[in-house]
Amino acid sequence: MSAEDLNRTYLRFAHQFLEPYDDSTLPALIGMQTRGVYMGKRILKHVEEEFGHKLDFGVLDVTFYRDDFRSKLKMPEVKVTEIPFDLYERDIILIDDVLYTGRTLRSAMDAIMDYGRPRSIKFCCMVDRGHRELPMAADYVGTTLPTHVQEEVRVKVKELDEEDAVYVVQNSDEEEE
Amino acid sequence: MSKELELGNDDYDFPHKHLLGLTDYSGSDIQFILDQAQNFREILDRPVPKVPTLRDKTIVNLFYENSTRTRLSFELAQKRMGADVVNFSASSSSVKKGESLKDTIRNISSMKIDMVVVRHESPGVPHFLTRCVDAAIINAGDGAHEHPTQALLDLFSMQQIYPDLSGKHVAIIGDIAHSRVVRSNIIGLLKLGADVTVCGPKTMMPAYVEELGANVSYNIDETLAWCDIAMALRIQLERQDEGTELFPSIREYHQLFGITMKHLEKYPDFTIMHPGPVNRGVELESRVADSDRSIILSQVTNGVAVRMAVLYLLSGGTRV
Repeated sequence: MSAEDLNRTYLRFAHQFLEPYDDSTLPALIGMQTRGVYMGKRILKHVEEEFGHKLDFGVLDVTFYRDDFRSKLKMPEVKVTEIPFDLYERDIILIDDVLYTGRTLRSAMDAIMDYGRPRSIKFCCMVDRGHRELPMAADYVGTTLPTHVQEEVRVKVKELDEEDAVYVVQNSDEEEE
Repeated sequence: MSKELELGNDDYDFPHKHLLGLTDYSGSDIQFILDQAQNFREILDRPVPKVPTLRDKTIVNLFYENSTRTRLSFELAQKRMGADVVNFSASSSSVKKGESLKDTIRNISSMKIDMVVVRHESPGVPHFLTRCVDAAIINAGDGAHEHPTQALLDLFSMQQIYPDLSGKHVAIIGDIAHSRVVRSNIIGLLKLGADVTVCGPKTMMPAYVEELGANVSYNIDETLAWCDIAMALRIQLERQDEGTELFPSIREYHQLFGITMKHLEKYPDFTIMHPGPVNRGVELESRVADSDRSIILSQVTNGVAVRMAVLYLLSGGTRV
């Protein structure tokens, strides 16, 4: 996917997020470290430009809640978590780049519950690549890509990767999709 | 396996299994712990200040010497991370029955312990333990040798005021000879690029300080005029036997080396720190300890966050 494709998708998300709401009860967005944070910021900007609303935005790092970090070689670096609003009785939309096994999403929901009891949690991802290991589903999907387990999906954001794009990578041979 | 879970490739390769002292740690290792601690600090402000990260770990706190603050701080850090904690204090255990340190630790470790936090009056005990057991060892103070987590939390607190410590002037004032906090602090501060001056009566100044790289001063006014941060140390009255006192009277010590309100007025820039517990009216005038220039209480809060970061990083991925 190219930068224009992605931008259209972000714009669509902005509309989809606000569709069920009157102005008074707006949802809050939480971007998951690392790429989800930048995706969230893009959507936030579209919401402001299109509707003139400033949504509450938080950043979540799920390292503490992961179930797999002990099987890795080194301890993953803990990144910033900052949720500057009260979650209680709010509608939360979680944002991440890729939905794969569903394990990160499980960690994220555990983490959010420790912050308070939201009214609802919805999940938005740019790429759903299948191969779920837990019963999870996304509410807002950028694109669904049937992938092989050996493949790797990389969502790139300009701030970190110098471009906005989605790649499917196979055994480190890069191919654009 | 699940590539989705990977958090980028920029993870710092933290090379240590134990924390015995800051001597073995490089400047970037230290800075990495401090940066990580920043993210742990946030957990303490959550509505549920607890994460399940270490829930599969069992940690024993082995305290051969009395300690309130350090032990509470470690225990809180461990519980905030969801670890199981066993406490051991020498005064109420089989040490009284004559069991040796090695036997004690072997017995404890056969109960499947992942980490040991140890405080002991003899320098080198943490190092010795690494040869006895497989668990990760964290030094919580060994004699007058090192007290690395205290130094880390001091560094963390200093960086909250001066994010870049290089070229900053830090003065450590008081009983330099008996303090393990000093050694670890000097080592850590120099590795982060700060200038350190130690100041105290000649009787409390050990011979090696200059070799560590610190300046020595015997004049408190000169020192306070120079420094950005002044860390007062507790006068360890319990380590002074009758007949070999290191200064004539507490009153005289306070007059010559105590930080007073007059100093605060005269030198308006420096920040006050103290590793606790404070002897009010000895190394700090009581009002100085409570003034807005003092960050003593935030040092205590930061201690929990820093210890959480240390526990997390040493809890290890590959070791089973």
